[in-house]
Amino acid sequence: MPLNAANREIPLSLPGFDTIKAFEGAFENTPLVRKEKGIRNVPKLNKLVETVEQAVLKTELKDGMTISFHHHFRNGDYILNMVMDVIANMGIKNLTLASSSLTDAHAPLVGHIKNGVVTQIYTSGLRGELGEFISNGGMENPVLIHSHGGRARAIETRKINIDVAFLGVPSSDVYGNSNGYTGKSACGSLGYAKVDAEWAHKVVLITDFLVEYPNTPFSIHQDQVDYIVKVDSVGDPNGISTGATRMTKNPRDLLIARNAADVVVASGYFEDGFSLQTGSGGASLATTKYLRDYMIERNVKASWGLGGITSQMVKLHEEGLIAKLLDTQSFDLDAVKSIAENRYHTEISASYYANPLNKGCAVNKLNVVILSALEIDVNFNVNVLTGSDGVLRGASGGHSDTAVGSGLSIIVAPLIRGRTATVVDNVQTIITPGETVDVLVTDRGIAVNPRRQDVLKRLKETTLPLYTIEELRDKAQRVAGTPEKIEFEDKVVALVEYRDGTIIDVVRQVKS
Amino acid sequence: MEKLRRTMLYVPGNNAGMVKDAHIYRSDSVMFDLEDSVSLNEKDSARLLIFNALKTLDYEGIETVVRINGLDTPFGEDDIKAMVRARPDIIRIPKAETAEDVLAVEKLIEREERAAGVDPGTIKMMAAIEGPLGVINAYQIATASKRLVGIALGAEDYVTSMKTKRSPEGMEILYARSAIVTAARAAGIYALDTVYSDINNEEGFIEEVKLIKQLGFDGKSVISPRQISPVHRIYTPDHKEIDFAVRVIAAIKEAEIKGSGVISLDGKMIDKPIVDRAERVLAMAKASGILINEDEI
Repeated sequence: MPLNAANREIPLSLPGFDTIKAFEGAFENTPLVRKEKGIRNVPKLNKLVETVEQAVLKTELKDGMTISFHHHFRNGDYILNMVMDVIANMGIKNLTLASSSLTDAHAPLVGHIKNGVVTQIYTSGLRGELGEFISNGGMENPVLIHSHGGRARAIETRKINIDVAFLGVPSSDVYGNSNGYTGKSACGSLGYAKVDAEWAHKVVLITDFLVEYPNTPFSIHQDQVDYIVKVDSVGDPNGISTGATRMTKNPRDLLIARNAADVVVASGYFEDGFSLQTGSGGASLATTKYLRDYMIERNVKASWGLGGITSQMVKLHEEGLIAKLLDTQSFDLDAVKSIAENRYHTEISASYYANPLNKGCAVNKLNVVILSALEIDVNFNVNVLTGSDGVLRGASGGHSDTAVGSGLSIIVAPLIRGRTATVVDNVQTIITPGETVDVLVTDRGIAVNPRRQDVLKRLKETTLPLYTIEELRDKAQRVAGTPEKIEFEDKVVALVEYRDGTIIDVVRQVKS
Repeated sequence: MEKLRRTMLYVPGNNAGMVKDAHIYRSDSVMFDLEDSVSLNEKDSARLLIFNALKTLDYEGIETVVRINGLDTPFGEDDIKAMVRARPDIIRIPKAETAEDVLAVEKLIEREERAAGVDPGTIKMMAAIEGPLGVINAYQIATASKRLVGIALGAEDYVTSMKTKRSPEGMEILYARSAIVTAARAAGIYALDTVYSDINNEEGFIEEVKLIKQLGFDGKSVISPRQISPVHRIYTPDHKEIDFAVRVIAAIKEAEIKGSGVISLDGKMIDKPIVDRAERVLAMAKASGILINEDEI
């Protein structure tokens, strides 16, 4: 019987243990553990590297690989442009960019696409100059648009296989424990980034605020992190989040919001212990306020709120009207502050939020969701991606995830926006299929999906202005007329993926 | 059912976006203004805009009112010519001082109705009283024309003429308010209160609406859609009032079936004022979206 490194006799096999590997020394099989006192191998006392370029070198990023970013810094994000510039200078090409979403801040990507640094994009949304560029056929490969839940599914099933994730974090210690609510660039929840940190092969954190070890409580943790770069600034705080998302004074938004709150109250879903998600748009935010009034008046409390957390949701939580908050993305400073301070304001990952293929996502347990729309058609299909000119200017977000998961999905939108009808025969681009949309609330009337006779019956017992969706379409057309059809080329510039990974629609190049 | 005029939403006649959506906030009436909110160089374009809006858009049963320019301006007569053909429900006269002011407008409306082939008397009128002379003549103004459905107080000019200014309590316009609401009641027409311009002061607004309701006004001109629901809420009868009204009407119906002359409820005689009030309460309740079970009545 052989002796192991500790001079013990170890049999090479026993019943139930076919092969037994003998001890070979404390450091032989764990090369990352320090070998002798005072001397540490990689990673040493910390994972800090001097520059983004050094981090990229260490990750061994190569042509053709997939890199990822998150969009928690919204319009204030410096990280994506910073890293892309470095990568471009290093001469790496042909990359797939798998960002959780892209905002107005990311217009410089146009240059990297033109130079062949980025040849493929996966994202929830596109806006501004980048959206225009892609809509005009600027990229050879179509962009893949996914929902937040769909992205988490794609990453976890390795349909999106992230080689290197570059994740900006508002605070981190030298070992990679980081969170989103401390530091000058606080953004609140790091829900989208959590998925990348867990599944990417290499994880690089970039922060402007190094703190004492251990940085608890943490959202991304040391066992997930390879390298850390300290920079002067990860983003512009003004673009990352506004103070409190201000309550709208727009009478039209308030009118829509009141109708939406009335629909929720009459729908049968407004009962003690219900759950809700409301967005950050004017009407959606105001709906939260009106629901608050009803909750106080009728002594109804919600057990939890989901989102996309705003100051309004925080207010209800702190008043005891919503017992718990589950937060993938904190929309304003009040929400950032709350996730840091409130015990039952809990950060969740995008997978926990909405991944349709994990063992249980939060949207499945949601009772009521209030969502917006750029367009909705007579079959209740919703477009939140392309504008009335056919150009990419929006994001799929959690729209289709929450619509299908919730018991009652309510779309709030003005019947006419500017000079364009919101209710149309056919939406330009389907993001959320009509079979998952229950009620449309506009400033000129409410339409219930005929599929939801139960809801319709309850609303008929009120004085709410009910119409069929065709009647609302006609009303809109009487004022706004029927616009000329937008002309497209044959070239597909974006694929719209439904949350399950199938393609629900495509976006074509606009004719210039 | 008596027409409700709790809120008359003021809409600048030169703002196409607001004109298009004026009715969606469900005020009882909308008032398109061609007068003070429209600058001199936009008078004709505003007139054209309102003309086309009234001819084209469906205001879904909301009463439409147009405030024209006075006949002492170069625009008043043209406003009348255009509006008679656009057919709002009501033409509102600014700064009525005497019965003659009303009659002068009426004469032109009638002339234009005949010229346009509209049944004479179709267009109703409303007069705004905005000065001390108008307040003194309130009853004469209120009874000057059969077309007149209501008189309204315009307080801004009035307080200036009175050498004072508006205060939160409104003591300075108490007399004018009382004179106008009394004249309106004596003439059997509607009384509408002046605007409250501090739209962000919801609390002050609510206090004022409570006051004018107590004085007996039918409603108030409002300058923002946000002011509509507070007025409607205050004018909405409470459950006690509604219950009582329902029982009053039920008692009357029962008495009619039985053919009995004297009607009583809870041992008290029901006379006409009580019935009138009950009918008004139910109309208000229905207009406010309260569902009343018709079978109970």
